[in-house]
Amino acid sequence: MLSNTEKELIIQIWEKMLPVAEEIGSEALLRMFTTFPKTKTYFSHLDISARSEHLRCHGKKIVEALAEGARNISTLTTTLAPLSRFHAYQLRIHPTNFKLFNHCIIVTLACHMGDNFTPVAHAAIDKFLSAFSAVLAEKFR
Amino acid sequence: MVEWTAEERAAIQGVFNKLDYESVGRESLTRCLVVYPWTRRYFGGFGNLFNAEAIMANPKVAAHGIVVLQGLEKALKNMDDIKNTYASLSEFHSVKLQVDPVNFQLLSDCLTVVIATRLRTEFTPDVQAAWQKFLAVVVSALSRQYH
Repeated sequence: MLSNTEKELIIQIWEKMLPVAEEIGSEALLRMFTTFPKTKTYFSHLDISARSEHLRCHGKKIVEALAEGARNISTLTTTLAPLSRFHAYQLRIHPTNFKLFNHCIIVTLACHMGDNFTPVAHAAIDKFLSAFSAVLAEKFR
Repeated sequence: MVEWTAEERAAIQGVFNKLDYESVGRESLTRCLVVYPWTRRYFGGFGNLFNAEAIMANPKVAAHGIVVLQGLEKALKNMDDIKNTYASLSEFHSVKLQVDPVNFQLLSDCLTVVIATRLRTEFTPDVQAAWQKFLAVVVSALSRQYH
């Protein structure tokens, strides 16, 4: 359940992240691969070393999708339908991994925003990412 | 037995050296109570925990934050035997406090986020990995004495 204040906060934060989408996205991924090495098993087809082209490109795609979701919070299921199908039928990522990545996105935001990543902002983003991943995992079975 | 590399030990000690227990402790517990409101069930005697502002200003939350970090320091000083160091603390949390151990992970994550807001670029992926490994061992040790 997101309040209107929270929805605004979420949109604001992702708007700020869009211009540095590559940096934010690739950092979140790198944090996840370093702290939770088993997540690398889903990326054997890419070069996911630090600062690689693949990592930056993939990170950018993810942040852009998150920003798109933020702009369409009330219609997440429809907005994310293609991504949802992709994650269910092609990627087939074990759902527990969404939490690990969400945590690393939050740590990345915290590093970049410092004190501006207030407890209230933290709560709003955590809720948003939970809702986002729930939609991504919706079609799994 | 948990194996620690020299780099991991240095990274973890490095994080601790920069921790202001009062400020980081208070903010970590605050975030836990704000981001995961169900954790408030364990702090019935703390008074007003109704909203973010009240929690951030609550002196009992601040005091308890320090207690938590002092507990973590014990683990740091006994990194090669956190399991036994925490045996009585674990029993305390299970028998007396009756905390669902799944919540230890939540406070652990909030502490990591607070450290990220303070250390910023210094909290590199490698430092984060070492720090989270340390917290994972702590959480596991705290969860052991549940029967």
